[in-house]
This record gives sequence, structure tokens and C-alpha cells, in this order.
Amino acid sequence: MRAPSGPDIAVGDVLLSVENVSLSFGGVKAVSDVSFDIRKGEIRAIIGPNGAGKTSMLNVINGFYHPQQGRITFKGQARGHMRPHDAAYGGIARTFQNVALFRGMTVLDNIMTGRTLRMHRGLLWQLLRHGPALAEEVEHRHRVEEIIDFLKIQDIRRVPVGRLPYGLQKRVELGRALAMEPELLLLDEPMAGMNIEEKEDMSRFILDVNDYYGTTIALIEHDMGVVMDLSDRVVVLDHGIKIADGTPAEVKKDQGVIDAYLGVAH
Amino acid sequence: MHLLYQIFIDPFVQMGTAPDLFVQTLWEGLVTGVLYSLIALGFVLIFKASGVFNFAQGIMVVFAALALVGFYEHGVPAYLALGLTIVLMLILAVAVERLILRPLVNQPEIILFMATFGLTYFLIGFGELIFGGDPKVMISGALGLPSGSYQIKTLGGFVQMQKIDIAAAIIASLMVASLGVFFQKTRIGRALRAVADSHRAALSVGISLEQIWVIVWFAAGIVALATGIMWGARSNVSFALEIIALKALPVLILGGFTSIPGAIVGGIIIGLGEKIGEFYWGPLFGSGIEDWLAYVIALVFLLFRPQGLFGERIIERI
Repeated sequence: MRAPSGPDIAVGDVLLSVENVSLSFGGVKAVSDVSFDIRKGEIRAIIGPNGAGKTSMLNVINGFYHPQQGRITFKGQARGHMRPHDAAYGGIARTFQNVALFRGMTVLDNIMTGRTLRMHRGLLWQLLRHGPALAEEVEHRHRVEEIIDFLKIQDIRRVPVGRLPYGLQKRVELGRALAMEPELLLLDEPMAGMNIEEKEDMSRFILDVNDYYGTTIALIEHDMGVVMDLSDRVVVLDHGIKIADGTPAEVKKDQGVIDAYLGVAH
Repeated sequence: MHLLYQIFIDPFVQMGTAPDLFVQTLWEGLVTGVLYSLIALGFVLIFKASGVFNFAQGIMVVFAALALVGFYEHGVPAYLALGLTIVLMLILAVAVERLILRPLVNQPEIILFMATFGLTYFLIGFGELIFGGDPKVMISGALGLPSGSYQIKTLGGFVQMQKIDIAAAIIASLMVASLGVFFQKTRIGRALRAVADSHRAALSVGISLEQIWVIVWFAAGIVALATGIMWGARSNVSFALEIIALKALPVLILGGFTSIPGAIVGGIIIGLGEKIGEFYWGPLFGSGIEDWLAYVIALVFLLFRPQGLFGERIIERI
């Protein structure tokens, strides 16, 4: 884990920029000609009505989808096409809209998978559970316990995640992403399906992650109240097109956004 | 009345009056069961990690055994031949991943299943081309596997145990134990279980599917080699062995397709059931029930526990 960077981290240089990205599935345009950037240390929200192309955008950044046009620059390196494995390697972690956990595994093991890329000891050593491999396992386990403490899920660490209620599963998924010590954390509707209390908890965790670890976060969210409270800047998509980009206050006043959300009288 | 006596009473009387024969039957059932377990294990490994029912597991057993004997016949020392065969199984795993799995990624499971059919027939043809179609004798002696048998005087008679069977049981146990540790305790094992649960989540934490697939197919290849050696040592190595793949099906139904302990227990239950059924109830049906009893056991089992002994309970949301 990186050292805590204090409560007020300066929002800095561009970490990731999306330029003129278009993505279509057959005849359906999911994203057309969208450009925006994510700066180091900020919480960037991507909002929009259903079917606006928000999740598609996240999948492009994460390497699950390959855009037909445009390019993405991450940490100064431009790329057109990348595999999810490489994205993970480069420091991008994510959670999914409808939780994608390893259901048969315990909370602890789920979060440990986040450390996969950081463990390097040979297979033989691991099998023997001895020497450097054991030391490595212990070290990573230590980091994982830190995350478990941070997310306050100590008491369920041995429970298979399939048995947990939805709200906790979302938290475990966040834990797994954090275990990767990402530079950029993508959260796809982290609060979907939660009650008010769970939403408040999750908002707190997101802010803490941003403050404490200095992680840059891009999140998709439907709850406008949450978006306005959490994010530093907001990009608004509608039918795959970017209709607004700015601070929450600016976006809230934008006529295009109001029309997209409330509908226009014809 | 007489029939009922023959079915429900007579076999148990026989077990009681000749306990040495009963123990002998149990032992043989156990040994057959261990071999079934090994075959089922190969299936479980691949099924867990990729959701594919690998029909080619049976032919992989034959292929590995034939390659081993083939190398030896060409003058390669036995242990070197073993090493070369292991390398060959690795090459096979890489080839399968590159040529079959990678192009078919995200296709429905039935497509992948059909692809393993294709692989089976390719391996049969390719194997016959290289090794010829004749049955071969396993080089168990040269590999240092024991032959002969122990006779234990007990229960007023003899129980005979082939040394090779004892070796098979030990090797199988070691193999299962190390696979268990591998799956539960190592980073790659954890990654394997992760892939088994969710492909996209596994990708998002940076697990490479390609690498995992090579590893499981290689592991299944090693298991196939061990099975081939053990099975070959008891009979011959021939393409007829390929149908033992079908024997793995009832084992998997019993044990659950995703459970390693399930494969072991299922294999042993089927092995024991077959031998005991054949010996005590076989004469009633004109013998030969060994060939189909396993499927009947599996069928009955399906009615009561469709997810298998150790499989995850299937609960679907509607």
C-alpha cells in the first residue's frame, strides 16, 4: 500500500485520457466519439440515463472491449487495444455492476486473488510452503488483512462470499480491487441495489480510499445525490454521446443534462 | 420367493461365510476405484477451470501411455522416456490452448465439448500413425514398479494383493494430495479456482486465462500419464482403453463435476459397487453386470442428488 498522502491530495496531471473513442456492436453504436480525461487523485463520475454507454466506456478503459476508433492514453502511453490482463498489470482495477466475485471462495481468498500479479515465487516453493514463498504469502496476507480491517469485514473473512448479503459482496469486491493497489480504480455502480445505510457506508469507503491511498477513481452511479457529494468532476453521456463535462455544480445546471434526465416536452 | 432370497439374503450369507473372499473383492473394488478416480480427476481439473467436459481425457491416457512405451522401444532409457512424455504432454497442453481453446473463447460450452471430440479423433488417428495400432506392454518393470503379489493369510483363507495395485493406490493418493495442496494453497491454485468461478472477474484481477488453461491441461495430461501407466500395467496399452473415459461419467455424476474429493470418493464407490455387484449379484443376471452397473448407480444417484456428493448445490433464482 502506498503511504497515506494526507486528506487533501492535489488533483494533478492527466492519468488517463480518452480521445474520440467510438464503439459499436454490429449496427448499434454504444459509444460515439467520446473524449474526456481522468486526472490523478480525483474522483471522476460517469453518469447518464440507462443505455447511455457508461458501462461500455468502462469496459473500453479496462480492455474488455476494443473500440473501433479513437485511442486511450494511460500514464502517458497511448494505446488502441489492450487485454484485461495487461490493464490489470498496468494498474487498473475494477468492480462490476452485478458483482463478479469468486462465489465458492472465502472473503479472504477472494481478496488474495487481487494480489496475484504481485506474487512471483516459483510454483515448487509454493507447493512446499516453505522459504521465500512462505515469506511472500505471509507478506501479502498482511496487506490483505489491512484491507479487511479498512473495510471492516474482519468477522466474515472465512465465509464463502456466495453466502454473504449483496451489500457485503459489493464491499468484498471493492476489497479485491484495492488489493491490486491500483492507480486507477473503476467502480461500476458501486451502490446499485443498496439501502441508504449501505450507500452511506460505501460512499465513506470510496472517499477514504481516495483520501487515504490517493487512488484515482472513476465511478458510474445512478444516484445523483451520491454523485454530487462524491465526485470532483462529472462526465455525462447520453445515447453514447458526451453531453456535458464539468464539476457537479456545473453539470447540474446544464440544460442538456436536465433534458436528458427529465425528458424534453415536444 | 426364491428370487427374493437370492437377491436380498444369499449374497450376505456368502459374505459372512467366506470373509476372505469378501475382503478380496473389496480390495479389488478399491483398486479399480482408485483408477476410476484418477481418470475422473483429469476431467474435474479441466471442467473446473474452463467449464469444458473434456471428452479427450480418455484418449490422453492412451496417448501418454503409448508415447512412454514408444520412446522406450526406440531405445530411450525408461526414466528419460518418462521425462520426454511429460514434455510431450506439456506440448499437447500448449497446442490445445493455442489451436482449440483460444479461437473458441466465449463460445457456448457445447461447441468446446464438440471440439474435444475432434481432439479425441485427431489423437486416435495421430497416435495410430506414430505408434501403430497394436496393443503394447507397459514398461512397468523398467520404471521400477513392483510386480508379483502378497498373499495375506487371514480370515480363514487368503487375500491376494498385487504389488502394482498397492503402488497404484499410493501414487494416486500422493497425486491427489499434492493437487489438493496446489489448489488450496498456492497462488496459481487460487487463480485456477478463481477462473472456475468467474472468467471476467478473473480477468479483472489480472489472471491470464491462457496461462491457466495451459496449466490445467498440462496437469490433466500428467494425471492421464499416471493413469495410463497404472492401467497399462494391469492390462495392455491399447486404444481400447479410450472407452474408460466413459466410465468416468458415472463417477463424475456421483462426485460432482467440480469437486476433487468428489472424484476420489465417487471413483471408489463406483469401483467397489462394480466389483461387489459383479461377484455377489452378477450370477443372477448372467454376469457382465460390471459393464453397466456403474451407470445404474449414477442414474439412481441423479434422482436424489443431481449436484453430486460434493458438488455445489444448484439454486437458481427465478
